[in-house]
Amino acid sequence: MIKARQKPMKDIARMVAPFSRILVLGCNTCTGICLAGGEKEVAILASTLRMQKKELGEFVVKRQCEKEFVEEARDLIQSHDVVLSLACGVGMNFVSEMFPEKPVLPGNDTMFLGLPKELGVFAERCVACGDCIIHLTGGLCPIARCAKHLFNGPCGGSSQGRCEISPDVPCIWQLIYERLARLGQLASLEELIPVRDWKSNDALGPRSFVREDLQVKET
Amino acid sequence: MEPVSRLQKVLEAGHFAVTSEVGPPKGTDPGVVTRKGIRLKDYCDAINVTDNQTAIVRLSSLAGCAVLRQVGVETVMQIVCRDRNRIAIQSDVLGAIALGIRNFLCLSGDHQKFGNHPTAKNVFDLDSVQLIAALKKMRDEKKFICGEDISGEVPIYIGAAENPYADPFEFRAVRLAKKVKAGAQFIQTQAIYDIAKFARFMEMVRERGLDKEAHILAGIIPIRSAGMARYMQTSVPGVHVPQEIVDRMKAATTAKEEGIKIALEAIEQVRQIPGVRGIHIMAVGWEEEAVPALVEKAGLYPRPG
Repeated sequence: MIKARQKPMKDIARMVAPFSRILVLGCNTCTGICLAGGEKEVAILASTLRMQKKELGEFVVKRQCEKEFVEEARDLIQSHDVVLSLACGVGMNFVSEMFPEKPVLPGNDTMFLGLPKELGVFAERCVACGDCIIHLTGGLCPIARCAKHLFNGPCGGSSQGRCEISPDVPCIWQLIYERLARLGQLASLEELIPVRDWKSNDALGPRSFVREDLQVKET
Repeated sequence: MEPVSRLQKVLEAGHFAVTSEVGPPKGTDPGVVTRKGIRLKDYCDAINVTDNQTAIVRLSSLAGCAVLRQVGVETVMQIVCRDRNRIAIQSDVLGAIALGIRNFLCLSGDHQKFGNHPTAKNVFDLDSVQLIAALKKMRDEKKFICGEDISGEVPIYIGAAENPYADPFEFRAVRLAKKVKAGAQFIQTQAIYDIAKFARFMEMVRERGLDKEAHILAGIIPIRSAGMARYMQTSVPGVHVPQEIVDRMKAATTAKEEGIKIALEAIEQVRQIPGVRGIHIMAVGWEEEAVPALVEKAGLYPRPG
């Protein structure tokens, strides 16, 4: 899922300084699950800001990236000066689009698509590049997990299973090698993976896609 | 096909090749590069110019090669994938050819974390294997990656690097095979200190017949002080300095002499390993002193015309 974490309090305080009536708006899906935008986080942030003599409203929608859920917060959003969003960047953008007259402030930094490795430790697993190749790499993604997103095996900096950037970072190519060995697929590493077509990623700007099977057709 | 460069000529004629390396300055004065180049040119067949090595901003490898060409030095232009996308790299290669540069070394590049702009965004549009394949396509098909035609000649000699000490060890010969298959004609390895491990690597290389398809130059880094040995052991990505070498440097009364001695022993030993066709000397910080000394003492001077 999308992983986010709250911005440092001093940054939030600086952003909200010009406003007096602030709505802290949480999201109970991705950022709620990673404990950055659920009811508890919204309540704590709101009470912290109340101590700074601000008037605070608080609300948590189920998903800040979908209209029907954001509608539930419409009256509250309109009765405050500003929305301090604890969603991910998608939710923040969406609230901005839905309420053209209302400033929206980011209470969170959106980090990546990842998973909780253990309590309090989150790690990236996918960059949503739009052209998955993990059938060639033992089910593990070198684009998300190699510091140089190499396609053709580990660079010269891989040492004892660790990436050159830090002894705390596993070399994903070492893990890919071990997975492929276990699966009896080491031969696939002999193949050259050709130059990548990045246009499915960010080369052409903002991405979108259409699924006609889900669209409502007028008859 | 006729050799396109002196380095290619030397290697294909079966001579034991010597290449060396110059790191451009963190500034605008090309004098440092030309001075080193003039000092070293009779002692090696070509001089690499590094491309912002360890991700520290320096005068570009293209400009460094160009000024060396002006004083008659044969160069190897290093290209890393870290800083430029396929548009910029192909453009630089065209420009380099126009300026008379013929040898290219394709590298991934050290991560920007190690350099003086650790907050930079890296590129890695291509990886080093894809870069090699791109240069081969430019030369053999006279086409860009996109398939469009290149006008003019593309006389280039394509090189790559390999680190026999990186992990997984069993994969290193596979990785080299990929680079050779992609089009690498010469290989410069990372610094060789653990000779036995390098010999095992070369065995795997020979089993795949890669020594017949590409010319392999063993990397030699002469060490000038105990501090440098320790620094390389702990802080330079991809370099593996055994404790024994650090201890020898510490115990030495004259550190530089000991460093030259260790390097000469390594040269002597790698020359015995079948498939090694030359050496690449990276005498970081003391090129002008160490390279002539090593080449002369190793009996590799004068160089073939």
